[in-house]
Amino acid sequence: MGTNVKGVLGTKLGMTQVWDENNKVVPVTVVQAGPCVVTQVRTPENDGYSAVQIAYGAIDPRKVNKPAAGHFEKAGVTPRRHLVEIRTDDASEYTLGQELTAETFEDGQRIDVVATTKGKGFAGAMKRHGFHGLRASHGVKRKHRSPGSIGGCSTPGRVFKGMKMAGRMGGDRQTTLNLIVQGVDADRGLLLIKGAVPGPKGALVFVRTAVKEA
Amino acid sequence: MTMKTLDAVDAASLRTDHPEFRAGDTLKVHVKVVEGNKTRVQVFQGVVIGISGSGIGETFTVRKVSYGTGVERKFPLHTPIIEKIELVTRGDVRRAKLYYLRDLRGKKAKIREKRDAVPAKSED
Repeated sequence: MGTNVKGVLGTKLGMTQVWDENNKVVPVTVVQAGPCVVTQVRTPENDGYSAVQIAYGAIDPRKVNKPAAGHFEKAGVTPRRHLVEIRTDDASEYTLGQELTAETFEDGQRIDVVATTKGKGFAGAMKRHGFHGLRASHGVKRKHRSPGSIGGCSTPGRVFKGMKMAGRMGGDRQTTLNLIVQGVDADRGLLLIKGAVPGPKGALVFVRTAVKEA
Repeated sequence: MTMKTLDAVDAASLRTDHPEFRAGDTLKVHVKVVEGNKTRVQVFQGVVIGISGSGIGETFTVRKVSYGTGVERKFPLHTPIIEKIELVTRGDVRRAKLYYLRDLRGKKAKIREKRDAVPAKSED
């Protein structure tokens, strides 16, 4: 059985709320989806696999290096800032230069959103891993947010690899699965996605049809 | 804080048909109630004790005393379940939030009506 994945690159604009048909408030993330263009179609004959490459975002043509400029010229489109490839079995149905917009998706459809989460900097174990910290009183002194013990003594005589400790948090690529499209604004190219989406406002997000739809 | 980028999205849900009101005013809020597959309108009359938020998320709290029990209901200003809002009286108050009314009973909990020198604002 083949999998036909559709996807669009976009920009997260922020969150707001709308009312659904039952007059319930629905929190939504607004994503400016597309317009994207198809820059390359990968076929099993040429590339050994089937995929479609799409591009999104304005860029100053002077900032595009020669190899990239040639790549866009081959597709017959103006250069874009971001390129992404979507593995899909129906890649042959796409044509070079074809535009992809928010209308790729429809109301009520399940989607996945891939983006880079907000960077939190160097975060402690409580924030980063959800540790509970130590007690507020009963003799705890200046250690209220510490992780506690990180291992044994002379056996094993070291701290195990992968121990959850403080460190850089956020700024990771995250895929949020099975979100629901609350609305599609075709005129403005907006997607209203129920719930939150990773990343700050203005972040690049990749929206695709749900691949693990329940 | 204004979210200019999303104003266009919110504009679709904003309601402009409500009268202007503030804390201390007495309102009749006509609320649509769904019972099974029938919809009827229920009126909730009381004093506005606070307005909070802005834009699409703006809400207001209405308080009334029903059979000796204080009842407060918080409505999103732009919710479609409100059929209409009627302004009954304007109150003369010096606070934006009238939470002190919760501790008062009877005559003390009454709000003076506003007698304004300027001609009353247009009806509705």
